[in-house]
Amino acid sequence: MTVFLTIVVLALIGISLWQMSKILKLSQASNADNSQVANDKDNNLQGKLMLAFVIFLYVLTIYCFAQYRSFFLPESASEHGYDYDKLMLISMVLIMFVQIITQGLLHFFAYKYRGKKGNKALFFADNDKLEFIWTIIPVIVLAGLIIYGLFTWTDIMNIDEEEGDPLIVELYAYQFDWRARYAGEDNVLGKANVRFIEGINTLGLDISDKYGKDDKITNELHLPVNRKVIFKLRSQDVLHSAYMPFFRAQMNVVPGMITEFSYTPTMTSDEMRNSEFMVEKVATINKIRREKSKKLVAAGDEALENYEFDYYLLCNKICGTSHYNMQMKIVVESEEDYSEWLKTQDTFKTQLSAQASN
Amino acid sequence: MSAIAHVDGHTEDHDHGHHHKETFITKYIFSQDHKMISKQYLITGLIMGIIGIAMSILFRMQLAWPDHKFTLFEVLLGKFGTDGVMDPSMYLALVTIHGTIMVFFVLTAGLSGTFSNLLIPLQIGARDMASGFLNMISYWLFFLSSVIMVLSLFAEAGPASAGWTIYPPLSALPQAIGGSGTGMTLWLVSMAIFIASSLLGSLNYVVTVINLRTKGMSMTRMPLTIWAFFVTAIIGVVSFPVLLSAALLLIMDRGFGTSFYLSDIYIAGEVLHNQGGSPVLFEHLFWFLGHPEVYIVLLPALGITSEIIATNARKPIFGYRAMVASILAIAFLSTIVWGHHMFISGMNPFLGSVFTFTTLLIAIPSAVKAFNYITTLWKGNLQLNPAMLFSIGLVSTFITGGLTGIILGDSTLDINVHDTYFVVAHFHLVMGISALYGLFAGVYHWFPKMYGKMMNKNLGYVHFWVTAIGAYGVFFPMHFVGMAGLPRRYYTNSYFPYFDDLADTNILITVFAIITAAAQLVFLYNFISSIFYGKKAVQNPWKSNTMEWTTPVEHIHGNWPGDIPQVHRWPYDYSKTNENGEYVIPGQDFVSQITPLQDGEEEMHH
Repeated sequence: MTVFLTIVVLALIGISLWQMSKILKLSQASNADNSQVANDKDNNLQGKLMLAFVIFLYVLTIYCFAQYRSFFLPESASEHGYDYDKLMLISMVLIMFVQIITQGLLHFFAYKYRGKKGNKALFFADNDKLEFIWTIIPVIVLAGLIIYGLFTWTDIMNIDEEEGDPLIVELYAYQFDWRARYAGEDNVLGKANVRFIEGINTLGLDISDKYGKDDKITNELHLPVNRKVIFKLRSQDVLHSAYMPFFRAQMNVVPGMITEFSYTPTMTSDEMRNSEFMVEKVATINKIRREKSKKLVAAGDEALENYEFDYYLLCNKICGTSHYNMQMKIVVESEEDYSEWLKTQDTFKTQLSAQASN
Repeated sequence: MSAIAHVDGHTEDHDHGHHHKETFITKYIFSQDHKMISKQYLITGLIMGIIGIAMSILFRMQLAWPDHKFTLFEVLLGKFGTDGVMDPSMYLALVTIHGTIMVFFVLTAGLSGTFSNLLIPLQIGARDMASGFLNMISYWLFFLSSVIMVLSLFAEAGPASAGWTIYPPLSALPQAIGGSGTGMTLWLVSMAIFIASSLLGSLNYVVTVINLRTKGMSMTRMPLTIWAFFVTAIIGVVSFPVLLSAALLLIMDRGFGTSFYLSDIYIAGEVLHNQGGSPVLFEHLFWFLGHPEVYIVLLPALGITSEIIATNARKPIFGYRAMVASILAIAFLSTIVWGHHMFISGMNPFLGSVFTFTTLLIAIPSAVKAFNYITTLWKGNLQLNPAMLFSIGLVSTFITGGLTGIILGDSTLDINVHDTYFVVAHFHLVMGISALYGLFAGVYHWFPKMYGKMMNKNLGYVHFWVTAIGAYGVFFPMHFVGMAGLPRRYYTNSYFPYFDDLADTNILITVFAIITAAAQLVFLYNFISSIFYGKKAVQNPWKSNTMEWTTPVEHIHGNWPGDIPQVHRWPYDYSKTNENGEYVIPGQDFVSQITPLQDGEEEMHH
């Protein structure tokens, strides 16, 4: 594949150089006009190319939307995500509409009014009515978008711990991994600061704080479906960003402060895995992986594992050398499965006493 | 009044047609002549551009073929490319320095520095900049900062690699990443010098435009290029000092143990003493420059295209007043939208609402500009020179890239596309490619003025079409990769099987990038060979109205032999006709700014 592509690139460069030399020769052969200023012939050709270019642009757009449809994220797995997707759809339709019209006009005019000796341009310097129209239309449209966007934004960002029975989880980031800390039975996270980090207490919990005793620190993030979860984000070293694309959720993790984000998961991992979109997507991915594996095995390397979909959390703020592999698995499951799993996790107190007894 | 006084005062000195004795050094190196300084800016900018684009090719190759070993990496990156495998920290360094070089050294200094220097005195009718000496210092500081930036590539532990936005704590702590040691120190020193250079330049531009306009050149008769350069310089003066403060505080955090940006950090097995600082403060300070910077890059390009589109459409620019108002509105709004880079930085969400509002407001003047360009083409007699093609290309990428800004500027939608390739695609189209097109358009258009020669138009056409197709080929599919939730600044995407199906698209993007970069060689060849072997230019090859085309082709110190001409009209009297349908000057579809009103002609009250 690589060799093939390299050859294609080289060939294309070769062709363009060859074409250029041809054009050069042509231009020198017919040196009737050597002013290097566009003449009627140039205008005619370039104008037509402008028209061809906008067609290229349309084809590229259609190709990308058709071919890359499967790149779009599946339907949202969180409650606020529905509003997000709706707003995204409206904005997308709107900008594609404007894009197609304006690009069309721009390039069509470039073609239609390509210069010709003897043609006279229209002296048209000003028109208040036109200016007013294309000021007021964006104003109205954008006002609509702003208002819609701001309502959604306020809903998403209004994090109320009193409302309902939210689950409180701390996401702890460090170079280059994540930890989750569950608040335990009291649903209150114990105090913590990096200054308390010592030995097994890798998250810097305050040992003297009784709220921290029942906290549970885990390597995976498990969430019960349909229950609001409030994330408290804390960083140990540099900036990170907790990005959970399937939940339309992202918030930076900032050393020295605790940031927050909240959502309600609505689809379990199983549901997502078995959705029509994901089945097809994973099949495609596994096909690619099998082909890759063949080459790897032929070269004496290990084959790639078969991929099974799981939600993931990834770091989305440049944080150092291994930034590209700072991820954590997210499992969304039923309330029962979640409680079951949580029971198997040790509390902070147990961990401490285990260390003491060692 | 001062403009008039200046004209009178200087005619005596410069009227003799002789020069002070010039040595090679005073003419080509420590020159105080704005035309020479502009060439120095352009060539330094182009060299930096070659470095910046070459870097992008290297990391694009890494992204497309992460498992492949390239000897090229070993040759160019030394120990960071051992056995042809790129070191992940080197990947981050390349991304960082590519961004820094392209934004500051190519598109700020190379574009605005070149054309502000060349055109401000020539288009407003001045002998030179207000202070030729400061202008020279400005260039040499820029040169020094370029040298330091290039030298930083050879730092032992690698060049700065915290992203071009150098967010602390990553940029503050050498323990966090190797590049934050000497590499980052050199980066900061280089940028501090760059800011000094930029300020000296900007102050000079502002003073020159205000004071040295020739008689008759009222503000409303200035070409849009000058408006753009003038306003750009003002934004630069307002916002660059803030970056200097941000950098100074960072230097103190790094060297003197202060805690402006650092707090509660445990790294490399120990707790740092820093307490009470906040990285969010740095983000605010950085983007207070960082966002206006986008317009510092873009406005000159828009000014250049306004001029070129009007000239080559043989039509007045549509809505001159609206264009000026848009420039002013964009400039003002650009200073109060920086928070849209920080919606999810942990700042108060209410601030996010305010910044969404101001950000979407800035779409309005931008839309007005785009519509006005399109209307200028309507019923024109378009002369499709390479400069004109690049200008039309600019409008096209400005629209495409600008529209996706509506998504990113909306705080809600930003949540899920923030820091993905969607952002990369957006800003490369709207400010990277657009501004580069502006730079190319300017070079093709004013090459005759700079070097007295013409560039080869056919090579120009080849350059444009390959670049135009390649640029869209790179950045259009990239939006879709971003919509898949692929984060930027990842050394490889192979650790997430979910992204496996994006690999082909990444290869496609890289192939387009390589082709596009190769097309720039055509430009370089054309540029260099035209300087030496180009066809000799006539005085006004594009039949343009503005004043620079009234100076002789051969450069002389002081620009005009004899008196500086007076200005009698605005610069856009293209294809202006009398009531009988005849051109104002029979047989000629343009009227130079220095031509007095003809009998029975009415001046445009634009």
